[in-house]
Amino acid sequence: MSLRIMPKSLLKTWIKHLQSRHFKVVGPTERFGQYVFEEIHSADELVMDYPTSVLPPKKYLLPPRERLFTFNAKTMEMQPDIQAVPTVILGVHTCDMHAVAMLDKVNNTGYADQHYKARREATYLVSVECLTPCMEGSFCKSMGTLTVPENYDLHFTDLGSDYAVEVGSEKGAALLEGCSAFWEPSEADYARVDAVIGAKWQHFPYRLECDVTELPDLLALSQKSPLWDELGERCLACGMCTKVCPTCYCFDVTDEIDLNLEHGERIRQWDSCQIEKFAVVAGGHNFRSSRALRQRHRFMRKGKYQYEAFGLMGCVGCGRCAASCLVHITPVDTFNALHRLRQAAQNGSAAENTASNQEVQA
Amino acid sequence: MTTLLNETLKESIYMPTPARITAVKTFTPTEKFFKIALPSGFSLAHRPGQFVEVSVFGVGEAPISICSAPSRSNGTFEMCVRAVGKLTDALHRLAAGSTIAIRGPFGRGFPIERFRGKDIIFVAGGLGLAPLRSLIDEVINDRGKFGRIHLLYGTRTPQDILFAEDLVAWANAPRTEVHITVDRPDEAWKGNVGVITKLFPKLRFHARNTVAIIVGPPVMYKFVLMELLGKGIADGNIWLSFERQMKCAVGKCGHCQLHHIYTCQDGPAFSYAQVKHLEEAFS
Ligand SMILES: Cc1cc2nc3c(=O)[nH]c(=O)nc-3n(C[C@H](O)[C@H](O)[C@H](O)COP(=O)(O)OP(=O)(O)OC[C@H]3O[C@@H](n4cnc5c(N)ncnc54)[C@H](O)[C@@H]3O)c2cc1C
Ligand code: SF4
Ligand code: SF4
Ligand code: FES
Repeated sequence: MSLRIMPKSLLKTWIKHLQSRHFKVVGPTERFGQYVFEEIHSADELVMDYPTSVLPPKKYLLPPRERLFTFNAKTMEMQPDIQAVPTVILGVHTCDMHAVAMLDKVNNTGYADQHYKARREATYLVSVECLTPCMEGSFCKSMGTLTVPENYDLHFTDLGSDYAVEVGSEKGAALLEGCSAFWEPSEADYARVDAVIGAKWQHFPYRLECDVTELPDLLALSQKSPLWDELGERCLACGMCTKVCPTCYCFDVTDEIDLNLEHGERIRQWDSCQIEKFAVVAGGHNFRSSRALRQRHRFMRKGKYQYEAFGLMGCVGCGRCAASCLVHITPVDTFNALHRLRQAAQNGSAAENTASNQEVQA
Repeated sequence: MTTLLNETLKESIYMPTPARITAVKTFTPTEKFFKIALPSGFSLAHRPGQFVEVSVFGVGEAPISICSAPSRSNGTFEMCVRAVGKLTDALHRLAAGSTIAIRGPFGRGFPIERFRGKDIIFVAGGLGLAPLRSLIDEVINDRGKFGRIHLLYGTRTPQDILFAEDLVAWANAPRTEVHITVDRPDEAWKGNVGVITKLFPKLRFHARNTVAIIVGPPVMYKFVLMELLGKGIADGNIWLSFERQMKCAVGKCGHCQLHHIYTCQDGPAFSYAQVKHLEEAFS
């Protein structure tokens, strides 16, 4: 859509402007040497060039714990809890923007989730172009998530002393209204944006040894791989990998009720497919009874199942799970190991074919 | 004007509608039968094989199959519940007149229109007879449109037999055979003993014009499938209902995911052709 230029010194002005219009403004802030998305009270707290955040901004769309409705168990009255606080999320990385696209897809497929939709519609996504790799475990370039998808309201690119601000939607345009911090770009500004973005690619390595489009087939052929047992031996079933993941959305539902057994609420909370009881049914049968089977399910979802169900990859390459796993189970190592096992098997059978062809010829 | 129950999900897909228990019957020490009435003006309009989410406020929610036929429901429906945990135990403590809450109906049921003109083999293990009952009744209520009907039903002991009155009524329906087997007989039992696959030699059918519908515990599927496929029934003519842990029934919580499929949305009824290649379908 259209481009604006904002001098960095006026970021503060804009944030004040948004707050005066009663937007809740959240963004990356520093906490004990790590970065977390938190409500911003003054622009000084904001760290736009943060490397990565502990949790993705997903928590504003799908909170770790959320009340679905309240009930009165005696009168059977119920009241849905639908929250829509206008919230501007600043500094969302492009991988996390792709993850929001995944969450949007899931929550609008079949029965649309009104709780998610209300939050999502009240959320203004301000993404930022990543110019240097954020950490060792990320592999966004391999996953195709190093450019921003179409779902941004505003997209920032750091031009040194200025931000280039791309307006991606009506909602984005509304955030600029009445604020005197933005200028029309000159020809030179367009060239500056192109130069900055063009120069970034060389800094990002390809970390997958196969192409992202090969992952679904690779995984289909790897259902029986011995690698899953190896991962199962190591995995602690702690569920950290799914907790920090921007595309994981599974949840559990429970009731809480007061001591008079009258007023209560139904709650949903993040859940993890890595926890033993996740797929247990009545009678005790567990469809994924071992850590190996649960790890397999996790990676199948990341590189195959979600793609088949929703047309989008279940992993955006942010690397958070790699950084948070105590036993160093990572998507890059897992996918690459499967790729190598597959190649070795193919080379093996190719060698056999050649050998038998030679026999035939002889 | 009637309101379809699932239209009430417009505000929140997670928020149920109150419903009243109008009758409770004890089938066995662990299984009870419930008749439920929706509020006046509401209709379930389900398909055989679909399920509802049942809430007892303060305890939680669980998926339960609708065990009555659509053609017999008029703002009411029935379910058969085995007490195995929090919610199902709480349901067992409720008497006629109590209020619960219901969401649904959910999932895809059995495509009964595709069974017309065919011979049908129903295979039920234990509580699997509950979801099948909605289909069997629907078929029997429209008896002329279907060929021969065989029902094979296996339970652990004679005391575990569910829907005893229905079994008698079905056995008396035209061109309908009912075969029951138990794992562990008592002195009074004069019927078949052993696993359900032992009943297959009793059946006479043309594989080409037969559909088979199987509902039972996961362990039963492998053996019954071997038997049916061995007899030459086509993959697409074998139907099953899958149980998975379900926390939402609307394709959101991820618990029921089987390969790339959400059992609560695309199931619980599947043809064998749909699922035979899916890892974990029969694990
Ligand atoms: C589509 C569908 C249709 C169904 N239809 C029927 C029906 O018609 N009738 C019927 O009675 N049931 C039916 N069920 C099963 C029913 O939903 C379950 O029995 C019910 O959800 C159990 O809930 P609960 O709160 O009573 O038990 P819970 O307290 O949740 O426990 C249930 C069982 O799950 C296991 N379990 C739970 N948590 C754990 C854990 N942490 N570790 C190990 N094991 C655990 C245990 O074996 C326990 O017995 C159906 C299920 C599905 C998916
Ligand atoms: S973070 Fe690592 S140890 Fe924990 S569940 Fe995930 S893979 Fe297993
Ligand atoms: S699987 Fe790991 S790398 Fe992929 S999106 Fe989730 S947290 Fe990021
Ligand atoms: S039960 Fe929640 S996704 Fe199917």
